[in-house]
Amino acid sequence: MGSAMNFQVVVLAGGVSKKLHPLVSKDVPKALLPLGNKPVLSYVLELLETSSLKEIILVVAGEDAALCVSNWVAETVHDRLRVEVIAAPEDSDTADALRSVMHRLTAEDFLVVSGDLVSDVPIGAVAATHRRQGALITALLCNRALLGSSEPGSEKIKLQPVSDIIGLDSTQQHLLYVAPGAEIERDLRVRRSLLRAVGNMEIRTDLVDAHLYAFNRLLVQGVLESRPTIKSIKQDLVPYLVRTQLRLGVPSTTVGSPAEDKDNQHPPSLPDTEVFAQLLRSSQCQHRATASSSPLKCCTYIASKGKFCVRVNSLQAYLDMNREIAGEAIHLTGYEVSSHNNVIHETSQLGWKSTVGPQCMLGEGSTLGERCSVKRSVVGRHCRIGSNVKIMNSVVMDYVTVEDGCTIQNSIICSNANLQERCCLKDCQVGTGYIVTARLELKGEALAKKEKL
Amino acid sequence: MAKKGVKAVTEIADDEVRVPLQAVVLADSFTQKFRPITLEKPKVLLPLVSVPLIDYTLEWLAYQGVEECFVFCCAHANQVTNHLAKSKWRSQPNFSVTPIESHDCVSAGDALRLIEQRGVVRGDFVLVSGDTVSNMSLKEVIKEHQERRKNDKLAVMTMVVKRAKPSPSTFHARLGNDELLLAIDPHSKQLLHYDPGREYGGRDNFQHLPSQRNVLLERSALNDRPSVQLCTNLQDCHIDICSPEVLDLFTDNFDYQQIRRDFVKGLLSDEIMGNKIFTYEIGREYAARVENLRAYDVVSQDVVHRWTYPMVPDIPFGGNTSGMRLERCNVYKGTGLTLSRTSTIGENSVLGSGTEIGEGTIIKRSVIGRGCRIGKNVSIEGCHIWDNVTIEDDAQLQYSVVCDGAIVKAGAVLKPGVVLSFKVVIGPKFVVPAYSKISMMRQPTEEDTSDEELEYADAASGRADSPRPFLDDADSRNGSAAGEVEDVDESGDWDPDEVGETGAGYRWSNRDGSQEEDWRHSVAPIPADKIRELVSAEEEGEIEEADNDFGAAARDSIAGTGVEGDEETEDDEDDFEKEVEGTFLRLAEGTAGVQPEHVVIEVNSLKLAYNKTFADCAGAMFKALANLAWGGSHASAKELLMSTKEIISKWGSLLQKFLKGSDDEHEILLTFEEVCSECHKEFAPLFSQILQVLYDKDIVSEDAILAWAEEKQDADDNDRVFLKQSEPFIQWLKEAPEEDDDEDDE
Repeated sequence: MGSAMNFQVVVLAGGVSKKLHPLVSKDVPKALLPLGNKPVLSYVLELLETSSLKEIILVVAGEDAALCVSNWVAETVHDRLRVEVIAAPEDSDTADALRSVMHRLTAEDFLVVSGDLVSDVPIGAVAATHRRQGALITALLCNRALLGSSEPGSEKIKLQPVSDIIGLDSTQQHLLYVAPGAEIERDLRVRRSLLRAVGNMEIRTDLVDAHLYAFNRLLVQGVLESRPTIKSIKQDLVPYLVRTQLRLGVPSTTVGSPAEDKDNQHPPSLPDTEVFAQLLRSSQCQHRATASSSPLKCCTYIASKGKFCVRVNSLQAYLDMNREIAGEAIHLTGYEVSSHNNVIHETSQLGWKSTVGPQCMLGEGSTLGERCSVKRSVVGRHCRIGSNVKIMNSVVMDYVTVEDGCTIQNSIICSNANLQERCCLKDCQVGTGYIVTARLELKGEALAKKEKL
Repeated sequence: MAKKGVKAVTEIADDEVRVPLQAVVLADSFTQKFRPITLEKPKVLLPLVSVPLIDYTLEWLAYQGVEECFVFCCAHANQVTNHLAKSKWRSQPNFSVTPIESHDCVSAGDALRLIEQRGVVRGDFVLVSGDTVSNMSLKEVIKEHQERRKNDKLAVMTMVVKRAKPSPSTFHARLGNDELLLAIDPHSKQLLHYDPGREYGGRDNFQHLPSQRNVLLERSALNDRPSVQLCTNLQDCHIDICSPEVLDLFTDNFDYQQIRRDFVKGLLSDEIMGNKIFTYEIGREYAARVENLRAYDVVSQDVVHRWTYPMVPDIPFGGNTSGMRLERCNVYKGTGLTLSRTSTIGENSVLGSGTEIGEGTIIKRSVIGRGCRIGKNVSIEGCHIWDNVTIEDDAQLQYSVVCDGAIVKAGAVLKPGVVLSFKVVIGPKFVVPAYSKISMMRQPTEEDTSDEELEYADAASGRADSPRPFLDDADSRNGSAAGEVEDVDESGDWDPDEVGETGAGYRWSNRDGSQEEDWRHSVAPIPADKIRELVSAEEEGEIEEADNDFGAAARDSIAGTGVEGDEETEDDEDDFEKEVEGTFLRLAEGTAGVQPEHVVIEVNSLKLAYNKTFADCAGAMFKALANLAWGGSHASAKELLMSTKEIISKWGSLLQKFLKGSDDEHEILLTFEEVCSECHKEFAPLFSQILQVLYDKDIVSEDAILAWAEEKQDADDNDRVFLKQSEPFIQWLKEAPEEDDDEDDE
């Protein structure tokens, strides 16, 4: 199916995100952050694999991070997927990252996926929708209510704040308006001509752009080349395409030409724009012939209600996702669930009277001392946990040492960290290799070793 | 409410006294779109397929179970009441029609206020205009309205809308009105935004302004709503189910004139009262308002096509007693029709009783009234010819409206869009140019064009009152008015250039260059070149806009988040601060007559003008103080400290007027930091000392300082300079809290 579909996939795996400080570092880029004891990136790759999308270009920001990721790829997935890891300059935005790999794309259409997406939406269905509609761009949307609601019996269902304003046509198949990020607090400016073309637009705040798009390659290539000011896929490229889709759909020279005209005035910088314009036109004609004659070229795939679709792009999302993965969304991991509704690796050891509650994970080779209690938490591999330790709503990564009498609540403890006895952490993040001294009581702190310069 | 119980309807339904279903029919549209015809006859009496418009409305209301109907008439009120008196409505059981006359109302708002005064409306009522043609069922919508009212008393109105896609090239609907933009909550059907396009926006020419290329929807409309529907494919049927509160609202807001422009918009923008309007979408049923000539043409054809069933020409209803027969291809023929054998009647035509049609005449898609005489070899296409019209041989009529008693002489030509008002005569072989309007009445001069919306009520009704048998009899039942002699303007000073030799009538000129409007609202089809022109104009604009659009997006993205917005507020901020400082300096410099209270009042008004908070005022005020202190001569830091101390002790009380809470005090601290780090670095070393002064003078409380300290705790080192400097002071504050509390309590 993969090659027949002729889709290539660009996975934007990010780099060392500031939002996830102090969890990520040069050694642990965002893509390799453990989520339910597996790197975040593995979820996307597995999802792609199930849809037989095997041609993958993985863009990582920063050389060091790229090296880490490519090592991991070589170790784990190289036998199943054709993954090419490419380093983009650090702090380059998404559209720039895409520009840097544009020349490697050959397929008629390609997918762009964020590397921090955790989802069970069939990506193949998104690609198929894209093809069926003859779309120039297809975006995956999911319900906002889904994100926080899957905690069973939780006191309050957390509704995420409105993050995207999305306009759909009455069939809910076409994307007519997107107001991302900063624009959502402003008044809405909707293109009248677009409104006229459809007659009726539904503006939704309960949908979230999952940052998974299918693009027509020639179109995006042309737009990215001729519009160097486009920095971000979500903030610039998608809104631009959505706004101008009526024009994009019209292959006539009078209407579709001004951008090309402008380009022609600067032939040195953009030598092949004329070729592009012709290609674009022919590809559109072809689309027109095969697919619907709708003038709307931006389509959507809305994930059905039960589906899971979250991006791990903030500390809170990371913490929530770990809990989800260990609980409701355990099917994403492929782990086998015990009769107690938890995942405890057979090599781990629990001391006398220690309990691991439901919806928890305990990784390979970890040991718990006596009278410990682990509730709604994920504990990684080879952790040594002393006696009388309480871990609640937290994530403990690999090779962490927790000494006797510690209490960890709603916190993230990174790999190789050491919590000395009777520490009490609440709402804290402890960076890699950090040592928390004994009897320290902390609340809401981010602790990390100073980065070596 | 005064007349409650006059009519003893005491059937108990549920827990309320059952009130009869009432309707208010506005038999005056308060517009001039049918001029010059409406100078002589009110719009609601104009014949639509030979039946006066108001009879369609009343028939429908009666059929839908309305029990009491109040017909509000203003212009030509006596004609309307005469018509009602003669009609069958007077003798209907269970359906009473009560005319309400007024001579000084100039708008629908006035009319509704008058109806409120009369106190005749007792419950939910149907509000329609007398030119509504519909066959929709009212039962459902009224039920829905009342159900909603039970739960939500603020749901004052339900508006009926119908799906109708506007033309993609001219952006106006079939009925000739402009594209209507509605925002509706798809779940509750609540109306959130109503934008009638250019309809009421004055007569700007057709070129869209750049802002009109985009639709603006306020962000607030989306608050707490998962979705909002923006629709341009809905047509407002102008059928409203209203609660009695609607009348109260019109009375309370005595400046409301039009129902849509003022009332609906006013209500939607008023968040305090919280009244709500809901929409009800009809599907297959018919509902339209004859608002302009194009709508007249379209609705007329819809009647012919039987969309308005049972109100069709061959079924007797209301004022329709003509007994038409329906033949193939939607041709309706009245009784006593004389049709020559060689004439051709095309489909979708209506021929009234007693009409004679001569040899070789071709009639296509036209409605011809009663008692008309049409000669030989006449060609009539898409016309509306009313009663007792004479059209002589070889005339050619295209898409025109010809009113009662008019005469088109031999060989004359009416180009598309012509309107011939009552009794106009067009001379032989004269060609009337397209979109001409010719009337026996002179065009009123420019007297009150200031508000062009208003029916020229005084003059019109004045004329109607004048003893002219023609007008009072002219409701066209039996055509007795034909041939009577016109007694006004008999001087006969007609211009042959306007109506031809032996013609009669004045040609009306277009006012204020509304040439553009002609084709929009006339009965004639829109010319093809016009459509092409519009399409190309739109495309060009679109391209332009796309480029502009991109520019904006690019600017935004380059500077991160919304440069423009930030700049604006910053400018604002600067202005505001300058104003406050200026105000303060007037006091400080001892300008005569300026008292501290004046400054407080002035700053408060600035606060309102710039939409600022007390915190902003306090901040600006503090800046002003700091500037004053800094501005004084000082050789050393010590002197600066002294002068600052002095100024703070002198004007501190003024500053306190703007400190309504610890947030405002907090703002002062932030402003102070800003002053020290940006404007006057000389203050920087004195920060903690001045902080202490502020504390001593009770300008900044301990809580505010501690809150500030706490906030800054997590900031970067740069930001913490002043905190570090003040640490000893803060430490002292923390250590001696009780003592401080005691002082406060005293």
